[in-house]
Amino acid sequence: MVNQSRRDFLKTAALAGTAITGLSSKTKAAPKNILSEDRMGVLVDTTVCIGCRKCEWACKTAHDLETPSIEAYDDRNVFKTMRRPNSKSLTVVNEYKNSVEEKFPINVKVQCMHCDHPACVSACIVGAFSKQENGSVIWDTDKCIGCRYCMVACPFQVPAFEFENALKPDIKKCDFCFERTKEGKLPACTEICPVEAVTYGRREDLVKAAHQKIKNYPDRYINRVFGEYEVGGTSWIYLASREFEKLDFPKLGKDPAPGVSEAIQHGVFAYFVPPVALYALLGGVMWINKNKKKSENEEI
Amino acid sequence: MEDLKPTPMKKKYFTPVVIGLAVLVLNGLMFLLARFIFGIGAVTNLDNQHPWGIWIGLDVAAGVALAAGGFTTAALGHIMHKDQYHAIIRPALLTAALGYTFVATSVMIDLGRYYYIWHPFIMWNGNSVLFEVGICVIIYLAVLYIEFLPIVCERFIGRVKLPGFLKSLNNPLDKVLRILDKGLDKTMFIFIIAGVVLSCLHQSSLGTLMVIAGPKMHPLWQTPILPLLFLLSAISVGLPMVIMESLITSKSFSLKPEMHILSNLGSMVAPLLGIYLAFKIGDMVIRQTFVYLTTFNAASVMFTVELLFGVIIPLRMFMSRQVNKSPLGLLIASFLVIFGVFLNRLNNFLVAYTPPYEVHSYFPSIGEISVTVGFIAFEILLFRIAIMIFPIVSVPNTSVQRTKYSIRGGAQ
Ligand code: SF4
Ligand code: SF4
Ligand code: SF4
Repeated sequence: MVNQSRRDFLKTAALAGTAITGLSSKTKAAPKNILSEDRMGVLVDTTVCIGCRKCEWACKTAHDLETPSIEAYDDRNVFKTMRRPNSKSLTVVNEYKNSVEEKFPINVKVQCMHCDHPACVSACIVGAFSKQENGSVIWDTDKCIGCRYCMVACPFQVPAFEFENALKPDIKKCDFCFERTKEGKLPACTEICPVEAVTYGRREDLVKAAHQKIKNYPDRYINRVFGEYEVGGTSWIYLASREFEKLDFPKLGKDPAPGVSEAIQHGVFAYFVPPVALYALLGGVMWINKNKKKSENEEI
Repeated sequence: MEDLKPTPMKKKYFTPVVIGLAVLVLNGLMFLLARFIFGIGAVTNLDNQHPWGIWIGLDVAAGVALAAGGFTTAALGHIMHKDQYHAIIRPALLTAALGYTFVATSVMIDLGRYYYIWHPFIMWNGNSVLFEVGICVIIYLAVLYIEFLPIVCERFIGRVKLPGFLKSLNNPLDKVLRILDKGLDKTMFIFIIAGVVLSCLHQSSLGTLMVIAGPKMHPLWQTPILPLLFLLSAISVGLPMVIMESLITSKSFSLKPEMHILSNLGSMVAPLLGIYLAFKIGDMVIRQTFVYLTTFNAASVMFTVELLFGVIIPLRMFMSRQVNKSPLGLLIASFLVIFGVFLNRLNNFLVAYTPPYEVHSYFPSIGEISVTVGFIAFEILLFRIAIMIFPIVSVPNTSVQRTKYSIRGGAQ
């Protein structure tokens, strides 16, 4: 009796095993973002930017954030320290020395990159983040529970949290002026920029335009468009005159940031087969051991 | 085999140690209050660079791992059906139930919007590892409480004595308990297996949690097999946790430790720890991360300490028969394993986490430490209360307690 059932049991277990491996190899790792061909983006040309920080003012004004008057932004002393976007400023401009031409420092505008395969969207426990058809990655205050996993996940260290807010802290980050573009307006920062260092347009066109610029002015740019492939591509892309890593851009690979974790997650949960198989397996072991004890009345 | 029976402990509750622990609890509560009034930023050292601190890295990650005794003993006693281990299942179950309760509480106080803690139940994101961990932990917590119910029934059936006007409820309550007991007796195996499955799932997913941080995590720890490493280490820390607890309980209630059970458990730790070590070293060799060990910094030191004192030395100790036979040896070896897993979680979640724009590194604030310490102290106090109310700790089934016990019969 015992032997019989054990053989049956092993057979079932083996079957279940093949089912697991078969299924999990079929599950795909890629995040299933349906990316619109017409999604928008911004091309930031750091060789054009003059560091006037008008975009910082425009961004704050457009998002009802507290801001000093626009004249106050002429103060270039802020460039002494490297700043990061936080809950009170969704975008900041930093300045770097230009070793070739001291007179023209390099200014880099920083904000959310609006990744094509955003880690924040994949990570958020309640799905408060979403990638919109027009390319923006936006955050839903009605869902967020304030766990800050999005901040752990973002490869660009962008989402900021209102740590000082005890009642209803928000996650703050550039929303690509989602409310403005919905009404047909330009993102506030691209609208105000006096030198067109930030250009709004279809991402595909912008990538082409960027490569055209590199081709036309090979002395001006290094041959790389940051954001074209980084972490699977971002909606905001950058041109620069020197290595991006020297301008404090993070060193990143080409694979989408959420790829590995989603592959593991979906492997473990492939159609709930592995958990159910494990359940069956343990149930079988339990049953066999119980019966064995009954019939043989001794320990293994 | 000797006759062991779970019995409520009878002793004075308050001892100097207990009072000391109570003070720690109060201290933690004050900081907790401050967190709710003034916000997370006021009490913790967290900022946009370091979104997670010890409330997640220690309370949650290490807490879940150290409560692994619950599912490892359930697997050993119920699923492998090794009856001689039944004496250790109840204490382990109690620890797990208390442990997971505190894990859930810690998550809650760490949430910026704690009152939305129910959101994940209706707002699903199947891609989110955190979502999976959260749901599994909550279901497992419920399973643990269900597994605990028979103990409550055993204690109170025929003994429900509510005072005063509640007296009329005594009979119906007793009946409910009896029905519950009967129903649970027949269905318990479902919950026991579910508990083990759920544990395997979230113990491993806890490792997947940091995978998405990608290059923000030091390569010594960042590996795609993190979930496997987390599962293996959780399995190997389960028994040491039970051993240590059992030894400390016997000491504090002046019982003689059940050395024959504990020695057997101890001899099982070595192979489990060995497998974990093999994967850990194998991973290091395949990804060639040992090069990072040649530079002297916080990461390399922490990694070495974790591996040497937390895995290799206790592995060697558990392999020795002499250590397995002596209570002190077992205590030290078990403590080292626990320390190792504790440190591993801390390393994974905090030490390894180096965001690209890090201006200063993270160190927990007094408030964070106070709350964590307060929680641990509270857990110990509750454990003590529970083993005095419920039949949890097994003692030889002879006379009524109060004196020291000697073990009769043949120890293996
Ligand atoms: S940069 Fe960060 S916050 Fe912005 S979309 Fe990418 S992952 Fe999300
Ligand atoms: S903090 Fe909010 S937005 Fe970020 S992962 Fe948590 S729930 Fe999602
Ligand atoms: S797109 Fe809008 S939100 Fe983003 S930086 Fe520009 S102004 Fe600010």
